[in-house]
Amino acid sequence: MAFTLGLQRSGNTLGLIGLVGILVALTTLPRIPTWVRVLLGLAILLLSVPIAGFANTFVFELGIQIGIYAAMALGLNVVVGMAGLLDLGYAAFFAVGAYTWAIFGSEQARNFMRGHFPLPGEYMYLFMGIAVVTTALTGLLIGLPALRLRGDYLAIVTLGLGEVVRILANNLDHPINFTNGPQGITPVMRPPIDGFRSLMAHLGVRLDQTTDYQLFFYLLVLLMIGLVVLVNVNLANSRFGRAWVAIREDEVAARSMGIPLLPTKLLAFMTGAAFSGVMGVIFAAQRTFVSPESFTLLASITILAMVILGGMGSIPGAILGAAALTILNLDVLKTFSEFVRTSFPQIPSQVDPAKYERLVFGLILVLMMIFRPEGLIPERRHRSEMEEA
Amino acid sequence: MLEQILSILPQVIFDGLVLGFVYAMVALGYTMVYGVLELINFAHSEIFMIGAVVGVEVFRYLAPQVPSGFLLLLIALLLGGALAGGTAILVERFAYRPLRKRGTTNRLVPLITAIGVSFILQDLVRLIEGLWHNEFFLRMRTVEDLEGSFELFGGAIFVQTKSLILIAVSMVMLVGLTYLVNRTKLGVAIRAVAQDLSTASLMGIDPDRIISRTFLIGGSLGGVAGVLFALQYTTVNATWASCPASRPSPPPSWAGSATSPGPCWGAWCSASWKTSSAPTCPS
Repeated sequence: MAFTLGLQRSGNTLGLIGLVGILVALTTLPRIPTWVRVLLGLAILLLSVPIAGFANTFVFELGIQIGIYAAMALGLNVVVGMAGLLDLGYAAFFAVGAYTWAIFGSEQARNFMRGHFPLPGEYMYLFMGIAVVTTALTGLLIGLPALRLRGDYLAIVTLGLGEVVRILANNLDHPINFTNGPQGITPVMRPPIDGFRSLMAHLGVRLDQTTDYQLFFYLLVLLMIGLVVLVNVNLANSRFGRAWVAIREDEVAARSMGIPLLPTKLLAFMTGAAFSGVMGVIFAAQRTFVSPESFTLLASITILAMVILGGMGSIPGAILGAAALTILNLDVLKTFSEFVRTSFPQIPSQVDPAKYERLVFGLILVLMMIFRPEGLIPERRHRSEMEEA
Repeated sequence: MLEQILSILPQVIFDGLVLGFVYAMVALGYTMVYGVLELINFAHSEIFMIGAVVGVEVFRYLAPQVPSGFLLLLIALLLGGALAGGTAILVERFAYRPLRKRGTTNRLVPLITAIGVSFILQDLVRLIEGLWHNEFFLRMRTVEDLEGSFELFGGAIFVQTKSLILIAVSMVMLVGLTYLVNRTKLGVAIRAVAQDLSTASLMGIDPDRIISRTFLIGGSLGGVAGVLFALQYTTVNATWASCPASRPSPPPSWAGSATSPGPCWGAWCSASWKTSSAPTCPS
């Protein structure tokens, strides 16, 4: 019985990995006509995943998490991959975005403001815009002192400032209660989805209470990823994108070509921060719960590991990295620990593979750096640089 | 208010001094590695943690057998230093040396490797402790001989005997390190590699060996500091070290990267700040 259960779960896992594999093949293999790529990709994302999701809502959850992390990995990709600035406190921006909506989309704001709180759920869309501004400002505040440093000094300073944001969120519950401290804020409002429900009913999709919000957020996250990729591609080919790559390759040379260093770096920092902030708002609304625990150093390193696994500077790489690590973290490790628990019940619960995500991340980081520092889907310029060195 | 602050000030300064000795030893490990490789060795906090865990285990198993608390502490210090130093060598051999051999110029690559190693070591220790004792929070066993206390200056400062042991041991280690770096052949070689690796290798120094020795020295210092930390503050777990030990990581950067007394001053400043701010602001 336990064994068949294990088989069924690993069957799910294998199916997921297969889907991701097809998507990767579609983006990386040469000599596939563009329309085949687009059509197959859309079919998988818009048909197969939702159909699987109706059978097993966990697939939606996984899809949403992958989407949120992929968008953040794309944001960090601008900072680390394009501009070459190692940011170890990236989760701080995610936190600022999440708290921006969580404070005003719950009763929390009553503690320090007059007005009707929680704000109705429609305001979430407005706050996605506001979060872009607040996180970009946070990026400016953190970046102004930090970006005068280079390399490892910058890494240490961003690590410290990232922790500062988390500790602020942890302690700003007195004297005035802004963040509700370690307990976190709940419930956070979600946007109303009556229009979405009737639209789906017109399309002939029946939704019930458990799947409607899952499908809604899944599609919202997909839309956001589309937007983020669009912005990312355009940025990479713009004047700024070329300036970032120039700074990454050689700061002194870039400066002597007339690129103003600090403003250009700040722009990269703020762009990356803004991506993360928008996803923070969606994260807060989707989970209806925000607490400082989600924004630890481990979260920052996880996003960094995604960027590195996929390949620094590579857009499909960042998405692949996010998908691979999220599936590993939420599904493969859990399946494996269920297998261990049922097959070897004498092993103490402390030794549960699902609790050893750090070990897995650490191994991924070290092995990637030793054997394939350019990542799984390397960016062209980066690969040549790594090979040359 | 002011009177209250003044009355606890001597105690705070003393506690800061004690913690500062631990930080100074940890910070020296960071600085030595930074000196020879220009790499912030994020895994050093885990080396420190391994020392502390070894200390706890030695006290757990040998406390009934060994009659004297001081002998027990000596065994713990030796074993802690040796195992931590050994781990540091292994880390260098299997994680950092392959990168160096490939000659990567990108500064991010070794830094990210160091973060990865730090995570691996944390979870390995957690796994071992989980399999061995099914425990996560480890408590140092108290030994009669080492537990004692007295008051100085009419009760202004409360001193534990083990704090004095901590100060004495770290003084010996720091003086020993100064002698080693300034007066011995190995010390000259380490300084030469820190100044210019390729020129040093032209002068007949094998840089790989010297770097390995540097990791051994820094790692053992960290391990000894870990044992002393466990003795003084009694609770240890696998993931905690990355917080206290990432605090000494700024001081080496403030104080420059040479093997000098600089990091010690940095460590004392940050430790005094920590103990003095602890009563007022929770972290």
